[in-house]
Amino acid sequence: MKLTVLVHSAPYSSEAAYSAYRFTSSALAAGHEIYRLFFYYDGVHNSNASSTPPQDEFDLVKAWSELIKTHKLDAISCVSSALRRGVLDPQEATRYEKEAASMGAQFVLSGLGQLVDANTNSDRVMSFGA
Amino acid sequence: MSTLQSPKTITFISRSTPYGSGRAKACLDMVLSAAAFEQKINLVFMDDGVWQLQAAQKPKSIDAKDLSAALSALPLFDVNNIFAESKSLSARDLDPASLAIGVKACSAEAIAVLIRESDVVYQL
Repeated sequence: MKLTVLVHSAPYSSEAAYSAYRFTSSALAAGHEIYRLFFYYDGVHNSNASSTPPQDEFDLVKAWSELIKTHKLDAISCVSSALRRGVLDPQEATRYEKEAASMGAQFVLSGLGQLVDANTNSDRVMSFGA
Repeated sequence: MSTLQSPKTITFISRSTPYGSGRAKACLDMVLSAAAFEQKINLVFMDDGVWQLQAAQKPKSIDAKDLSAALSALPLFDVNNIFAESKSLSARDLDPASLAIGVKACSAEAIAVLIRESDVVYQL
């Protein structure tokens, strides 16, 4: 099955983002295709590479990044949600003259049109944290 | 992006107060972008989401943008299937006839039918 995973929640604030990660990993292991990961609202914090949990805790941002890299997933953070929350790629950081670009290299900033496209081209869209 | 030849029926269920969190605005943004791509849209307000329909909001006093003004633009995007759950309205003493925008008051059972008939459902 072709799946899109929509994540609304930040890491560590609730279980939802971690559940989304577990779901995505399990779906891939079961042979399903992940059409897109879409991080929306507080979910954009999953793409903040500055996230630094204590060393004995699960590093969710790092885990997402490795999963995306390994499986060559299309991982999008909603640009309007992300900019509000200080998750910027180098291009946006330069454009808005901000000191830091904190978005992980495995993620791409884009708009809600990508979610509409995912609706159309996926068999299911799974929402986490809403 | 792939082409969007076959529009889907998408039901959005907006359940949050207009200014208590960013959820109401986030839901409306999803509705507007789906509308821009000519999807078939149902928008349902229920639970605390019906507060978004309160007439004469004055959010400027809390430095917020008027969400109800954005709601009034929905017909321009061909979003006309707008519903409010009756019990959510009556529990908050909101009169369906004097809201910020025109909505169809409907029962929870009618919303269940909308959900069943949708390809995708989002709630925020």
